[in-house]
Amino acid sequence: MSLEELSAIAEKTKAGRKQVCVRCCMSAGCMSSQADEIKKALDQTVASRNLGDKIEVRRVGCMGFCGKGPMVSVKSEGLLYEEVTPETAPSIIEALDGGVTSVAKGDPNHPFFASQTPIVRANGGIVDPERIEDYIELGGYEALDHAINELSPAQVVEAITLSGLRGRGGAGFPTGLKWSAVSKAKGERKYVVCNGDEGDPGAFMDRSVLESDPHTVLEGMAIAGYAVGATQGYLYVRAEYPLAISRLQIAIRQAKTHGLLGEGLFGSNFNFSVEIRIGAGAFVCGEETALMASIEGRRGQPRPRPPFPAESGLWGCPTLINNVETFANIVPIINRGAEWYAGIGTEKSKGTKVFALTGKIRNNGLIEVPMGITIREIVETLGGGTPDGTRIKAVQTGGPSGGCIPADLFDTPVDYDSLMKVGSIMGSGGMVVMAEDTNMVDVAKFYMEFCMEESCGKCIPCRAGTVQMFNLLKKILARKATLRDLEALEELCDMVKSTSLCGLGQTAPNPVISTLRYFRNEYLELLQPGAAE
Amino acid sequence: MKVIKPPLPSQDKRWKIIDAKMRKLGYEPNALIETLHTVQQAFGFLDTDALKWVSKSLRVPPSKVYGVATFYNFFTLKPGGAHTCVVCLGTACYVKGAAQILAAIETFAGIKSGETTPDKQLSLLTARCIGACGIAPTVVYDGAPAGRLTPEQAVDKMKGYLHVA
Repeated sequence: MSLEELSAIAEKTKAGRKQVCVRCCMSAGCMSSQADEIKKALDQTVASRNLGDKIEVRRVGCMGFCGKGPMVSVKSEGLLYEEVTPETAPSIIEALDGGVTSVAKGDPNHPFFASQTPIVRANGGIVDPERIEDYIELGGYEALDHAINELSPAQVVEAITLSGLRGRGGAGFPTGLKWSAVSKAKGERKYVVCNGDEGDPGAFMDRSVLESDPHTVLEGMAIAGYAVGATQGYLYVRAEYPLAISRLQIAIRQAKTHGLLGEGLFGSNFNFSVEIRIGAGAFVCGEETALMASIEGRRGQPRPRPPFPAESGLWGCPTLINNVETFANIVPIINRGAEWYAGIGTEKSKGTKVFALTGKIRNNGLIEVPMGITIREIVETLGGGTPDGTRIKAVQTGGPSGGCIPADLFDTPVDYDSLMKVGSIMGSGGMVVMAEDTNMVDVAKFYMEFCMEESCGKCIPCRAGTVQMFNLLKKILARKATLRDLEALEELCDMVKSTSLCGLGQTAPNPVISTLRYFRNEYLELLQPGAAE
Repeated sequence: MKVIKPPLPSQDKRWKIIDAKMRKLGYEPNALIETLHTVQQAFGFLDTDALKWVSKSLRVPPSKVYGVATFYNFFTLKPGGAHTCVVCLGTACYVKGAAQILAAIETFAGIKSGETTPDKQLSLLTARCIGACGIAPTVVYDGAPAGRLTPEQAVDKMKGYLHVA
């Protein structure tokens, strides 16, 4: 493949486009509401009305507004349809042909969409994830050509460093620093690993990116491979995401056929191939050393660091491991420049972040917002408050490793450091809204049960500590606990946090610590009166 | 050293599919998880014969194979029912009442989560999060997710394919 051939594919695809494009969301959320039947109905109506030379029905990835799905959009006409059914779908085509439709129209300029800054999700809801031509039409794989043929590996690493991109898996480690460490590490074989083991309950950003735009992740991985000197990539995806896995398989096959993955990419001597590894349902595998153990076919148990994967990772070789969303940021940075990217966001947190906004919220779905936006803007402007107008009590970010942020701190800007300061974390991007009727002690118990069951059992503080904390929370909820139990709980939080081996254990107490910090009253109310001493 | 390949456990054609998978991955010990996925896809669960055979084929000690098979939630060592019903207990579903849905289904089916009905018709499972939070609360019936359910609707949907009173 050369740049000319790439442009030729783009031109040919563009020339074959119809006047009107009807986009039908076929992501997991909408698929569960018969999106495949809807697409079939749309296709059939186009055929039966002989509109085939004018209208194209395209399968696309997630449009973001999952709460109102299944969605169908006709961008050229500025139309967005919500809650479409296979029965009502034909009328959407009829409306384009002089008829009328009763399907509810959404507002494409709704604050939910207008307040977003799509970079990672720029292609979501636009390209057909199962056709590489769609991706190439919009300039896909040009960044890889540019990197290989016009930049040295060191220049690519420098661009990523200058962009200020930080890891989107949750911890926020500077991506450029990681790339530079792996590129400098000595070793004949090196690996690039993409962490798609999105285990946080309440988070589905990575699923959506993989389902909607798999090629942008593959291209990002290939660029990373060039930058650090690796020729083999592994994409670790959870088994719970069958649609993402099948679309990735299709994408890898198509990229290979087009010579965009494999040997001698863009006329150079750079080789890069990607293999998928399917997880088997273990939350701890999101931790990098556990994930690598799993790729090697072993139990997913973490090991102490150092050595860090950059020195000794997969099979003891230097390994670069980044999250799906991090890789999805690479192509835009190479295409539009590090300065452009560094211009978005705050001083220490650059770019955008994708959040899964769910729970007790009117507009739920996937959003991509610039770093530095306040929680209030997300919850009120984009989210539109609770569905029944009750007061929002708190927002939970970071899943089982994060914390609850109470309503009076909603002016906190969303960036790595500010969220840390208020006792939560950025996390991978789950944002669950809780209203007045949510009992915060119960929430803490919910997360503790999760960590207890997902603890891999390797180190004692996590294995035994989570059980003890869970039992104490259960005791408190049963109104059988005393003040002394609460003290024991706080002591355990501190111990498990300080002495666990990996991130899972070190952060497991966070939901308890943050709810104790902001909603201590709810705990105290449940304590057994008089039994305190 | 020439590796002696163990014979297929039986004439069942599904063993050939699994063998093909292992061959594709070079009979490397690191193919263990991928192989177990294939076994489970073919047979629905991992039985002792399969584990022993995989252990020999990939030259991984049986203890390690058993360790991996029991470490990961996705693998099951027991055969499931004809139908499966997976209740998502992720945070978004939880906030929207997944616990009540699970309770309603447990009452209706007369089994607890993780169990299979005595007539082998239904296995009831729970999931950590299936990533369909936008349509929470969610239940997956025989692989097809259904969203925005009330406990009543969740039970009604089962009546469709489960012929119990």
